[in-house]
Amino acid sequence: MKRIKGNISEEHRAYLRKRRASTAFVVGMQLFILVQFFLVWELLARKEIIDSFIFSCPSKMWRSFTGLAKQGVLWDHVSATLLETVIGFLSATLIGLVIAVILWSVDPLRRILEPYIVVLNALPKIALGPIIIIWVGAGRAAIIVMAILISVVITIITILNGFLSVDKDKILLMQTLSANRWQILTKLVLPSNLSNIIAALKVNVGMAWVGTIMGEYLVSREGLGYLIVYGGQVFNLSLVMCSTMILTVLAALMYFCVLILEKIVKR
Amino acid sequence: MKEILRLKEISHIYHGKSGETKAIDGMDFAVYEQEFFGIVGPSGSGKTTLLSILAGILKPSSGEILRNISPSEIGYMLQRDHLFDWRNIDDNVTLGLEIRGIKTKENVLYARSLLEKYNLGDFVRKKPSELSGGMRQRVALIRTLALRPKLILLDEPFSALDFQTRLTVAEDVRKIIREEGITAILVTHDISEAISLCDRIAVLSARPARVKKIFENTIEKGLSSIERREAPEFSDLFKEVWKELEFTDEKDKGKYQ
Repeated sequence: MKRIKGNISEEHRAYLRKRRASTAFVVGMQLFILVQFFLVWELLARKEIIDSFIFSCPSKMWRSFTGLAKQGVLWDHVSATLLETVIGFLSATLIGLVIAVILWSVDPLRRILEPYIVVLNALPKIALGPIIIIWVGAGRAAIIVMAILISVVITIITILNGFLSVDKDKILLMQTLSANRWQILTKLVLPSNLSNIIAALKVNVGMAWVGTIMGEYLVSREGLGYLIVYGGQVFNLSLVMCSTMILTVLAALMYFCVLILEKIVKR
Repeated sequence: MKEILRLKEISHIYHGKSGETKAIDGMDFAVYEQEFFGIVGPSGSGKTTLLSILAGILKPSSGEILRNISPSEIGYMLQRDHLFDWRNIDDNVTLGLEIRGIKTKENVLYARSLLEKYNLGDFVRKKPSELSGGMRQRVALIRTLALRPKLILLDEPFSALDFQTRLTVAEDVRKIIREEGITAILVTHDISEAISLCDRIAVLSARPARVKKIFENTIEKGLSSIERREAPEFSDLFKEVWKELEFTDEKDKGKYQ
């Protein structure tokens, strides 16, 4: 919000005050709901209205958390998952972008491959799990491949659609300035698609987490997905809930990173 | 006067899914150096096609164009300004220089001097969205002029502007083009615009386009385009041009009165 220099009218001051008050109310309510949620959860568990063996409770989750920290494995699990997700996210975006550029540049190729891309997009990628494990081995590589597969097709489709919807007259303008295809791409198509690419990034952040956790469910010996599956198998619901909570925080942080990137790029 | 380009029996056919359309049929005319040549025709008479052929973007189905200038000396101005929102005015104006790899200090300074000359000097750091429609169209013209064209093609460049802005921008464009000593070909369906700007006016038939007649504009060249609209010869020429225009639909006739 731009500040107006000098005297502002009483009316405007009142308006600004009202706006600030309403923002404060919304943020306050959001925090209140969060705190209430954990308080009520804890309270219900302590009064034994809900079974904390099945539903866990915030204090038990905290004990799980500190337990992991004391064993010195907390960071190992978090970093494993984080690394896989970040690699999956970055590679999927990059691969998707490059393929979209190629398909945009070579029109016949785009028309030939269109039905294959549509079918690949419809396919539930998790079905490829066993194949991936056999091909790249039951390790970290399989998890990353899963994370990439789950978001790469939709990235290609979103970005390519943006490329194709560039104003035909703007392309004509570039041609009148005797631009070649590469210049049309770098000086017109890519810059005019910045918001579109950022939108794809936002979707991919979520997708990369889905892919990584799916992958960890299938193969891993470490990571948050592994903790959740392991916790479920040994009926340690506190461990499951605790890991889920860490996951939520990390996913939110990564989304905020993309938001910050958006602010920087768009200035 | 020296010819800058001559069309010889130019024809063009568009091929589509549902058949072929003849857009231009045996077109012949010449344009001379430093003249302002107008092309008036009913909507959809292949005017834009003709410009694309003149610019060398489109190859005609048959016929020949003799050019005394290289295609890189032809500038093109479209209906809308198409300024890029992610570039400031300065960077928009030098886009053509950048693309042709001639963004030298000298050329950039020349572009800047054009901006200064036509009262846009204070806006070089601004984004296109901060400028009015008329200013944007002038920036678009300077983007074309920065490449120092000898011939400039104008494809209804004022049609997206409101009437008031249209008159002033048309006058600005005429003045700029005259001062820089450039030949111009203007395509329009607005007869009074053509008369107020052009030295000669070719009237096209409905599709497929042929040149029906070329009118000499006798109105004093030194006058501004707004003064030209008030000249006594204006209404006579208007009537003659208007009579020559064909209308496929009688209802359309009203639009040009």
